[in-house]
Amino acid sequence: MREVVVPTAALAAMRESARVAYPEECCGFLLSAATDASDPDSRSIRGVLPATNRSDGERRRRFVILPAELRAAEDEAAGRGSVVTGFYHSHPDHPARPSVFDQEHAWPWYAYLILSSGRTAGENSVGAFELDPERREFREVTLRIGAGLPRGVADAGARRGETEGVT
Amino acid sequence: MTKVVVRVPTPLRGFAGGQRDVPVEATTAGAAVEALCHEHPALRRHLYGSDGALRRFVSIFLNDDDIRNHEGESTPVRDGDVVSIVPAIAGGSGAARAAPVDAPPLTGEELRRYSRHLLLPEVGLAGQRRLRSARVLIVGTGGLGAPAALYLAAAGVGTLGLVDFDTVDASNLQRQLLYSTADVGRRKLDAARDRLAGLNPGVRVVPHEQRLDSTNALEIVRQYDVVLDGTDNFPTRYLVNDASVLTGVPNVYGSIYRFEGQVSVFDASRGPCYRCLYPEPPPPDLVPSCAEAGVLGVLPGVVGVLQATEAVKLLLGIGEPLIGRLLLYDALAMSFRELKLRKNPECALCSPRATQKGLIDYPAFCGVPAPGAAVPSGVPEIAPKELAAALAAPDPPLLVDVREPEELAISHLPGALPIPKGEIAEHVDELTRARAIVLFCRAGSRSADATKTLLDLGFSNVRSLKGGINGWARDVDPSVPVY
Repeated sequence: MREVVVPTAALAAMRESARVAYPEECCGFLLSAATDASDPDSRSIRGVLPATNRSDGERRRRFVILPAELRAAEDEAAGRGSVVTGFYHSHPDHPARPSVFDQEHAWPWYAYLILSSGRTAGENSVGAFELDPERREFREVTLRIGAGLPRGVADAGARRGETEGVT
Repeated sequence: MTKVVVRVPTPLRGFAGGQRDVPVEATTAGAAVEALCHEHPALRRHLYGSDGALRRFVSIFLNDDDIRNHEGESTPVRDGDVVSIVPAIAGGSGAARAAPVDAPPLTGEELRRYSRHLLLPEVGLAGQRRLRSARVLIVGTGGLGAPAALYLAAAGVGTLGLVDFDTVDASNLQRQLLYSTADVGRRKLDAARDRLAGLNPGVRVVPHEQRLDSTNALEIVRQYDVVLDGTDNFPTRYLVNDASVLTGVPNVYGSIYRFEGQVSVFDASRGPCYRCLYPEPPPPDLVPSCAEAGVLGVLPGVVGVLQATEAVKLLLGIGEPLIGRLLLYDALAMSFRELKLRKNPECALCSPRATQKGLIDYPAFCGVPAPGAAVPSGVPEIAPKELAAALAAPDPPLLVDVREPEELAISHLPGALPIPKGEIAEHVDELTRARAIVLFCRAGSRSADATKTLLDLGFSNVRSLKGGINGWARDVDPSVPVY
């Protein structure tokens, strides 16, 4: 994909979840309309859904989303005409760049958003990345912020009544 | 054969001809996924690692159940079952000192060797590669450095720098497990290199066979990610601390005394340094070394391994490092206590008001002879053979044994007056000033200190037995045990 488009409110929701989780990492799902998910060039995010960081070790430097939670999120999204098309997580006190660990655990096709949180230089920076199909690199893609959703499109992120990205 | 469906996750459908459900024939869940990859080989790279095992973050569900709750990949399947491939999503910021992204992947041999590390999410492949590209400097390969070196090499720390210039002595074997009996007399660094290479040939051992001093410390320390202080003397301890602060390389500190140990991590960018804790060294006589005071052999093993633990954590960027905390270990009470350490806002070295900008003369700072100098300069000595002659002549000198009571049971010289070094000043009345006095200890260091004390008190005819009672045993009377 060339770019990831994120609504302003969805970005605000992710930043808030990074702030609340600090000094630990937050994580969650990126949702797109099922009709948009197959566009190879552009990934349009319609909302976000928080996930529980289930890393049983160092949640300040790691996040893990368990398969069962991903399955539940996919089911939830499907019921609302959405698809999980990526993930976001925060890097407390670290730049919004993928680590080696991020790359080794990444999946192709998904969009990955990384937000820096806390006291790092370039606070509040955010980057979008994807793994190339050969697993060789975790490359940065253009992040476009602010394109709104079409009026009347419901958001799938209302499952827990929090951090939804509908403007 | 059983007919099942493998459900491909959204991100991988592009590698499976866009299909969501792929029918295959298999008898187990693992075989079903294998069959899928056989049909769509492009999937394999994403599901299996280079060792041929399923990637850790790939989960397989049989209908609605994780196969880990059953028999894993061997879980049998029945007609009509759905085998789902579900990603476990993981990531994280990793450590500040990340391994270069272009570091080669682990070899099959490395995957086997470090398997128990790879199972830990906190280490994993990335962490193991980070360890492999990491460099740790161990200053002193004695009681603390020896166990630390063994564990760091075993853990796969790629480069271990070792600073030592000693040879292996039989008295080292009680605690320095890096060396074996056959190594006695060998240079420590030679023996260490052989042992570590035998333990883990993947580790590069860099010998620094020299005394760490103000002329070389910065240059050496700078080449490493972490320095591990295994020294047994104050001048080198301050030197290591100062070089650590000046180069920004964190210092994993450990020290031992008889039955007690201390551990901390001094990283001036994140907490206090050793000088914040002890701005000045103790008076030279106050703290005897292990060679003088003795040490329980297991103790440095515990402390050195605690240091190795902290070094590995720093390299991986995991856990809570012992920064700003001093861990006290008491082997007799078997207790661990922790003291909070604060950064000294006036620290001469690591505070904004630091006055010290470089390395200094550490022996002078600590008021001790330069390391390696046998005795404090100016202390008169007598050689064992010379003493033997003097004892056989008329008007022999008074012999004073300044060792501790426990040592008298090991060896003694007939007619010697026992006065422990620390009590010598209180016993001046028992020492006639008119007569010649020869003080001795185990190896000549404590008696030199005591001789200096007596000279300062006005005694004139006082000498210290060179090489101590061990020297006497070597040169005069082989029947006296050496220890």
